[in-house]
Amino acid sequence: MANPTKPDWEALAARPEFAELLAAKKRFIIPCCVFFLLFYAALLYMVGWHPDLMKKPLIGKINGAYLFALAQFVMAWGMAWIYMRKAAQLDRMAASVIRDEKH
Amino acid sequence: MTIAMFLAFVVATLGITVWSARKNTGSSAYFAAGRSIKGWQNGLAVAGDYMSAASFLGISGMIAFFGYDGFMYSVGFLVAYLTVLFIVAEPLRNAGKYTMADLLAYRLKARPVRAAASLSTLTVSTFYMVAQMIGAGVLVSTLLKDYTWITPNSAIAGVGVLMIVYVVFGGMHGTTWVQIIKAILLMAATFVLSFLVMKHFDFSFTKFFDAIAHLTYTDAKGNEVTRNFLDPGWKFGAEATAKTGGWGPLDLFSLGLALVLGTAGLPHVLVRFYTVPDAKTARVSVVWAMVIIGVFYILTTFLGFGAATLLKPHNIANENMAAPELSHFLGGDVFFAFISAVAFATILAVVAGLTISASTSFAHDFYTNVINHGKEVAPHKEVRIARIAAFFVGAISIILAIVFQNINVAFLVGLAFAVAASANLPVIVLSVFWKRFNTAGAVTGLLVGLASSILLIILSPSVMGIDGPEVAAAKRRLIQASAIFPLTNPGIVSIPLGFLAAIFGTLFSKREPESEAKFAEFSVRAHTGLGAEKATDH
Repeated sequence: MANPTKPDWEALAARPEFAELLAAKKRFIIPCCVFFLLFYAALLYMVGWHPDLMKKPLIGKINGAYLFALAQFVMAWGMAWIYMRKAAQLDRMAASVIRDEKH
Repeated sequence: MTIAMFLAFVVATLGITVWSARKNTGSSAYFAAGRSIKGWQNGLAVAGDYMSAASFLGISGMIAFFGYDGFMYSVGFLVAYLTVLFIVAEPLRNAGKYTMADLLAYRLKARPVRAAASLSTLTVSTFYMVAQMIGAGVLVSTLLKDYTWITPNSAIAGVGVLMIVYVVFGGMHGTTWVQIIKAILLMAATFVLSFLVMKHFDFSFTKFFDAIAHLTYTDAKGNEVTRNFLDPGWKFGAEATAKTGGWGPLDLFSLGLALVLGTAGLPHVLVRFYTVPDAKTARVSVVWAMVIIGVFYILTTFLGFGAATLLKPHNIANENMAAPELSHFLGGDVFFAFISAVAFATILAVVAGLTISASTSFAHDFYTNVINHGKEVAPHKEVRIARIAAFFVGAISIILAIVFQNINVAFLVGLAFAVAASANLPVIVLSVFWKRFNTAGAVTGLLVGLASSILLIILSPSVMGIDGPEVAAAKRRLIQASAIFPLTNPGIVSIPLGFLAAIFGTLFSKREPESEAKFAEFSVRAHTGLGAEKATDH
């Protein structure tokens, strides 16, 4: 309803800017997902299969298991922060794809 | 005292419901709060929808009884939001309208896809809701045990009726504000409780962690034991599960997988991203939610370890009572009343969020699009159907919760996450990123993911197993035969099955030229937001 004329989706999808946007997204999101899944799986693996290693106290009485778990929180917040910065660039690329459209 | 605080929360939230009822002037207002919720507000609301009583009471209790292993849930619950942030939130907001099925039906054949997606949404919501309501019944009747007329049954019915009122009259506006207030209350309660725990240890982390590492208490057999509560492996370790026939570490892995991939398929979390003006705000709200949820789940260790060190596990009535009893120990009757009211608010808000997502899916996916072929029958008809659906969803949940109130609720929650991860997530990911993906693939993926997770849970030690004579009748497992599937959490098998079914369902069926032709339009819209639903009111 907002658009009196329908956008030419095919033409938009064929724009080089759109291909660049998708490529940039993939280049960023796929490595990020692989990284956080592996980082998380590493905690499960270490806690599940090497509990003795993780029981070692590292800072005072605080052991590796607790520190690694806390590191997951830091990792998640860090990834979110990196993504917010990257997203500003992705938003500009997306805007340039649809710059001629009324929306 | 406690009941006065319960009533204060009920009166405040009913006030919000009345106020927001006036704003419900159309479908977009009722189902998506007019898409006018701000980023930080939606962040709080996502957190409010997500931090259930199972988290506040359940995780702190699990840490109080099983030490470190309880914290594994906390970690999974936060990391899961990266899946939401990277893969789901923005395309969903750009391409959809009110439900998860909107994203799938954008380019696939609407009726079969919506019917299957609606089935899986209703299944996930119902399991999750029944679990919350059984918990509510036990909790409220324990917290208000001075009032003899409050039994688990009357508490379940009371919670159910309130939740129907919020959703039927308040719509998404009302439900959102109930979530926001609940999230603020829960965070405040958790902060104060953690502060009091640390005050007890003179604000010294050294003293606190020393106490956790050398904790002497009386175990179930009556022996005095000293253990290090920071050690992993009590719940998921090979030793701990050897006697129950569990698979220990592999079970932990399977649970972790379901948590991390399931959150992005939970209907009541997904619908929240439709309440904001655009995809950018949806992204901001995920980050807000991650900050709030992360702080909360780190603090669960202060509550859990605090209860373990200050009260000792053998003095705590049961796992769910660790946080309330800790509050009584540290802050007396008034603080206990406050914490109990917060727990009550938590349950109410979560069931309201589940009810609105279930009834929206029924009205929008099933009634409008499957039965009426996507034609709007009459203005406001969809909203009326949703209100009626909310009433029935609420009534059915009350009945199920009362009938199954002795069932182990943890497995119902596990089932909800497993179904969400195995049925919903694969089809969401594939429909966004795979051009060739078609209707047959989506329907097979949804149904195989749904059926395999339910079947594997029925065959698992949660439902099957031979209980010794010492187990009380109410706690006995449903099927008294040794379990066929060894893991409590089916994720490690059912999630790959969901993906494979969706992929092979596509490859072994005829190509769908119409769906593939619409992929260009879908992609541009999902990734740039062109043509996305706009904010309507205010």
